[in-house]
Amino acid sequence: MTLAAPAPQGFLSPTGVEIAFLLVGLVTFAAAIVTVTTKQLVHAALWLVVALGGLAVEYLLLTAEFIAWVQVLIYVGSVVVLLLFGLMLTKAPIGRSPDADSGNRWAALTVAVAAAATLVWVVVDAFRTQWIDLDAPQGTTAVTGAMLFQHWVLPFEALSVLLLAALVGAIVLSRKADEGDEADETGPEPGAKTAPGTADEEQR
Amino acid sequence: MNDALDVALRLLVVFAVFLVLPLVIGQTEHKVMAHMQGRLGPMYAGGFHGWAQLVADGVKFAQKEDVVPAGADRRIFQLAPAVALLPYLLVLVAIPIGPGEGAVGQVVDAGLFFVLAVMGVGVLGSLMAGWASANKFSLLGGLRTAAQLLAYELPMLLAAASVAMAAGTVSLPGIVAAFEWWWLPWQIVGALVFFVAGLAELQRPPFDMPVADSEIIFGAYTEYTGLRFALFLLAEYAGIVVLCGLTTVLFLGGWQGPWGADGLGWLWTLLKTAILAFLVIWLRVSYPRLREDQLQKLAWTTLVPLALAQIALTGIVKVAIQ
Repeated sequence: MTLAAPAPQGFLSPTGVEIAFLLVGLVTFAAAIVTVTTKQLVHAALWLVVALGGLAVEYLLLTAEFIAWVQVLIYVGSVVVLLLFGLMLTKAPIGRSPDADSGNRWAALTVAVAAAATLVWVVVDAFRTQWIDLDAPQGTTAVTGAMLFQHWVLPFEALSVLLLAALVGAIVLSRKADEGDEADETGPEPGAKTAPGTADEEQR
Repeated sequence: MNDALDVALRLLVVFAVFLVLPLVIGQTEHKVMAHMQGRLGPMYAGGFHGWAQLVADGVKFAQKEDVVPAGADRRIFQLAPAVALLPYLLVLVAIPIGPGEGAVGQVVDAGLFFVLAVMGVGVLGSLMAGWASANKFSLLGGLRTAAQLLAYELPMLLAAASVAMAAGTVSLPGIVAAFEWWWLPWQIVGALVFFVAGLAELQRPPFDMPVADSEIIFGAYTEYTGLRFALFLLAEYAGIVVLCGLTTVLFLGGWQGPWGADGLGWLWTLLKTAILAFLVIWLRVSYPRLREDQLQKLAWTTLVPLALAQIALTGIVKVAIQ
């Protein structure tokens, strides 16, 4: 929207898609605000679902279908489920948590604003006055795949190595915790535990 | 105007399928279980073969009082059944039952991802129910649901990715169109992994630890009564329809059959789906419940390596035939 000035498209006669984009953006933004301000922990996680879902709709409106579905699959389907899993282990109460405020809120706000400013600057700088023609799909799976594996292979591989390192790190950390466990209690683990490592980790 | 009519008609048909097929499977389950286990109850209502059992169940559910526990988080408690059920309705829109534009609600370009993504959302309903009920059995059920989903989502995705690699597309009609009969032996491991992981995601026996009635009453749904409880049950049956339909489309060639593929394609899809649904019911009556640690072990040490091996095999064969 900030890119509109010199483009041939009219700034004051938005199309239906642009209006929808703006409205969904507002909903997403509001849900994100509620996520970080609500005092009810599980509600925060559920508002996060709304925010992430709204983001997926934005991708859809930009015809990036593949990205939208991956967004739902990874964030709503897995990350939020993991979050809820963790919250359930912490005995999140029904109703308000009086200690849900963090002393770090100003630091968090600073980091968030800085990150947002960086992202906006990068996007504005990268695209400037280009217009995306939304009538023809631009983000089909084939196009995304070709772009990713022709022009962005190196960042893609670097990212996957980074994730692999994180995975190995997580396994190492959880194994260390297990050894400490065995030193503490000599008896066998009471009952059946859920996912190895993760459940024990978060209970502490 | 014509476009709007077309869309409305498609949505109406999908909605009708969504209402009818899960009930048909529910009724079939009553009867098949009754025959396999010598149960007399489901064979009684209405006279011939107990045909009215499903109607009686529906009337019973509708009559029951809709109770919300005093300590529950009211709004989330009431919203949970809808969150559990609606994703399956959305998924049905993208599953093709025959060749051509007319036999699928809406062709989705990245259909495979759409279907798997939206199916994963349904589990949020169980988690919401488990937490909002303010009941420790519900909470345990919710925890088990989450752990099970996290474990089985991965092999399911990997198995689906193997088919997408084989077909060279992630569009569901595209995958069926590319299907050849020799894919069956080629992708058989992936098919088994996908089906088993799907069963676990639906929490069907033998993977029904999250609702294990002898331990935690009925898991996340313990506090639910009446129509909301019925909606959760309906979500389970809708899930069976979706899982069997998806397995058919991805691994069994969908509308393709030995003969009559031109006009009778949809019949092949329905037939294969029905056979798989029968298999799901059969598994329920013949296998004991897996323990929680066995569940996790099966997913991480058997299904994930098998799915990875299938992907490797798919890649090798794909490169070899090119």
